[in-house]
Amino acid sequence: MIGIISYAGYLPRYRLNRMNIFSAVGWLNQGLIMNAAGEKTVANFDEDAVSMATAAGRRCLQGYNPGELGALYFATTTAPYKERQCANIIAGALCAPEEIRSADFGGALKSSSSALLAALEFSKAHGDRQALVCAADCRLGKMGSLQEMVFGDGAAAVLVGSEKPIAIFKDSYSLSYDFVDQLRGANTIYNRQWEDRWVRDMGYEKFIPEAITGLCRQQGLKPSDFAKVIYPCYYGAARRNINKKLGLEPAQVEDDLLQESGDTGTAHPLLMLSKALEEASPGDKLLLVSYGSGCDALYFEVTPDIARFNDRKRFSDTLTRRAELDNYTKYLTWRDMVPVDLGLRGEEEQVTRWSMIWRSRKAIHGLQGSYCNKCGTQQYPPQRICVNPDCGAIDEMAPLNLSDKGGKIVSYTSDTLAATINPPAIYGHVDFNGGGRTMFEFTDCTLEDLQVGRPVEFTFRIKYYDPKRDTTFYFWKAVPATKEVP
Amino acid sequence: MTAGIRDKVAILGMGCTVFGEHWELDSNDLLLEAFRECLTDAGIEKGEIQAAWIGNHIDEVNIGKGGCYLANALHLPFIPVTRVENFCASGTEAFRGACYAVASGAYEIALAAGVEKLKDVGYGGLPDSPIFGQLSQFIAPNATAPGLFAQLATAYAAKYGVSMEKIKEAITHISWKSHQNGAKNPRAHLRRIASEEQIASSPFVAYPLGLFDCCGVSDGAAMAIVTTPEIARRIKPSQGPVLVKALQIAVSSGEEAIYHRWDGAHIMTTRVAAQRAYKEAGISNPREELDLIEVHDCFSITEMVTMEDLAISPPGKAPDDILNGFYDLDGELPCQSDGGLKCFGHPIGASGLRMLYEIYSQLLQRWPEERRVKNARLGLTHNLGGVPHQNVCSVAILGM
Repeated sequence: MIGIISYAGYLPRYRLNRMNIFSAVGWLNQGLIMNAAGEKTVANFDEDAVSMATAAGRRCLQGYNPGELGALYFATTTAPYKERQCANIIAGALCAPEEIRSADFGGALKSSSSALLAALEFSKAHGDRQALVCAADCRLGKMGSLQEMVFGDGAAAVLVGSEKPIAIFKDSYSLSYDFVDQLRGANTIYNRQWEDRWVRDMGYEKFIPEAITGLCRQQGLKPSDFAKVIYPCYYGAARRNINKKLGLEPAQVEDDLLQESGDTGTAHPLLMLSKALEEASPGDKLLLVSYGSGCDALYFEVTPDIARFNDRKRFSDTLTRRAELDNYTKYLTWRDMVPVDLGLRGEEEQVTRWSMIWRSRKAIHGLQGSYCNKCGTQQYPPQRICVNPDCGAIDEMAPLNLSDKGGKIVSYTSDTLAATINPPAIYGHVDFNGGGRTMFEFTDCTLEDLQVGRPVEFTFRIKYYDPKRDTTFYFWKAVPATKEVP
Repeated sequence: MTAGIRDKVAILGMGCTVFGEHWELDSNDLLLEAFRECLTDAGIEKGEIQAAWIGNHIDEVNIGKGGCYLANALHLPFIPVTRVENFCASGTEAFRGACYAVASGAYEIALAAGVEKLKDVGYGGLPDSPIFGQLSQFIAPNATAPGLFAQLATAYAAKYGVSMEKIKEAITHISWKSHQNGAKNPRAHLRRIASEEQIASSPFVAYPLGLFDCCGVSDGAAMAIVTTPEIARRIKPSQGPVLVKALQIAVSSGEEAIYHRWDGAHIMTTRVAAQRAYKEAGISNPREELDLIEVHDCFSITEMVTMEDLAISPPGKAPDDILNGFYDLDGELPCQSDGGLKCFGHPIGASGLRMLYEIYSQLLQRWPEERRVKNARLGLTHNLGGVPHQNVCSVAILGM
């Protein structure tokens, strides 16, 4: 039986209280006070859809072997590239095999459910092989817009296959409409939307019930048969109307996380699903509905294997790992919404040499080092001559993935001179657990969080963005950990 | 061990420009200025120079690649000229080329020059460029020199259990001392004294280094003409000669950056180069035998750990020696009698030769009373290029 075998949500660490946005831009649009409750998640300066999807994918694969993946799908509407497959960047960071099917899904917010259906169908068609779906978004609204208030940044991932599924995939029902409520042209940064009342009354309130009743009709079920109905919709009044129309009890409807994260776009249905799975019990029927250019409704039934994930480490922990972003201009700077002066140092050339990246792709994107078969020394970047001065063996190396090893801080500093949109740059030498050393930038922390000997874990982030060539480049950074990485 | 070049090479003459912000001078102007002093001091004609080396780090600014720039600037008549680059140790590297040329017997008189024109970069500090090969652009942190050196402090504190406050106190004294010495030196870039309070409270550049913990970024040139001791005695019978007692260089093997044995609190290459140099010069107790030292104080913390790496202060005890005034101008072993990189300034390619210039001048008792190191017979220069985990270290010892 094909179904979900693992899942995870990922929310970036920073939260922007909506009242902070309102204090800065309320003068532009006083009506925003209606939407100023709660907080939204904000991707760190070095995060985007690819890095967040990778983070969700890594969390999802915890305890699973990426070597067994047969397909990897990435869904987003905020891909850093129009041509260059982001799923392959994620696959590289996850150390997935190169003999996999990969695809980027985009264009619609429902593309995450389309990717999930494709993954389920892939698994079914290819002898139950595992397929991973990663979805993430980092959408922008203009200063003073409703979207700026509502949109949050986040990611989620779902691993499908047949080995002890925690939720069996039963059926799906899809609707596709060229219904334009939100749109973003190919050369545009900010979302544009048609009138709220149209989006709400003719969009959410029509299509979500239509999808749900469609699936119910197909399966001979009633909406009340589901333990949880999971659908995104950031209009409170519309949610109430939809629930009423379908006869759904409040406990049956998954929370839309608007107060905690905001609408995370493509990721949102899967993020809400991760919350629902964390709270699900065996036998529960779950109904996942996506929205945007139509709807996909997916019906799952939870199995006793859900007990595997009773540690609340797939959703709740990412929600509670938080820090306040109390500075609205920092948000504008991180998202490149205002020009900032980085000085001439910030204008240095960053040519990305692709032939070189290709040669070192596993070292860079996979944080793959080498392990000396003769003396057992771990080393990064990969070496051909063992760096251990007492060994020095030549070409005795085996590849070794270091991204999950974790490490410890050897030295650190906080640098106000380095050109960055998030000064000061903090970095230092880190020893990998098990040996070997390299220097990393630290992220999701401040100088005060650092001390020699403190454990760290590694996270895949944007290394730099080259505006001249519109190139986003990724590498690994270290994040101080609360406890030692096993 | 190989024989080395002890007492095989003599310095015949040296020159050094004022270091600083030479907005009106090009590199060729700076080279000419140093050359005129050097040639006069050596007491020879330009045509007697048989080979030349030029040390320069940032070729993008001003001098370009190859040896032509120096040959053109001085119109050297078709002699061999080689440009060398070894990070901030490029000046000593040029000196090494000239000394080896003479020691080998290939040439009798050779020129070593160093120049840098940093004030045409357009911003303070050193320009950002991937200095460790291209892969570093993709995997190394977005780091600057102060941040890379600053890490010595956090690692040192952890290793020796010394508080960051005490380290800050010691490095503040280092910068205070350089300002004291630099203020007395008419060729220094920064010629003002600074109070310890002013130094300690300067804004952070890279924790725990403040603005006053960082050396001056300057324009300048320095030069040496070297020859055999015999020729030196013949040309200048009444002076010296100042002899090269040791000239050693050690380069990181990659161990510091990749292997996990280095403590991050010292410079491995300095320890190796210093021991080789002491052996070459026949020094068994550097703390007692050396009369003055010029070290690569690109940052105050670098000077602090270097005192231990040169085996002058015992491990973990450099802060005590520093705070006790051991390295002050009137202390037991004056360090940076000219103000050092901190206050004399740091035009990268010229710095190694500037250090040699100070030792040479002190050995010849050329400086006025107020900044003279009395009875100096043996001096050391320590010229470090790169960053703590990946660097080139040269140690030279000059003696009478």
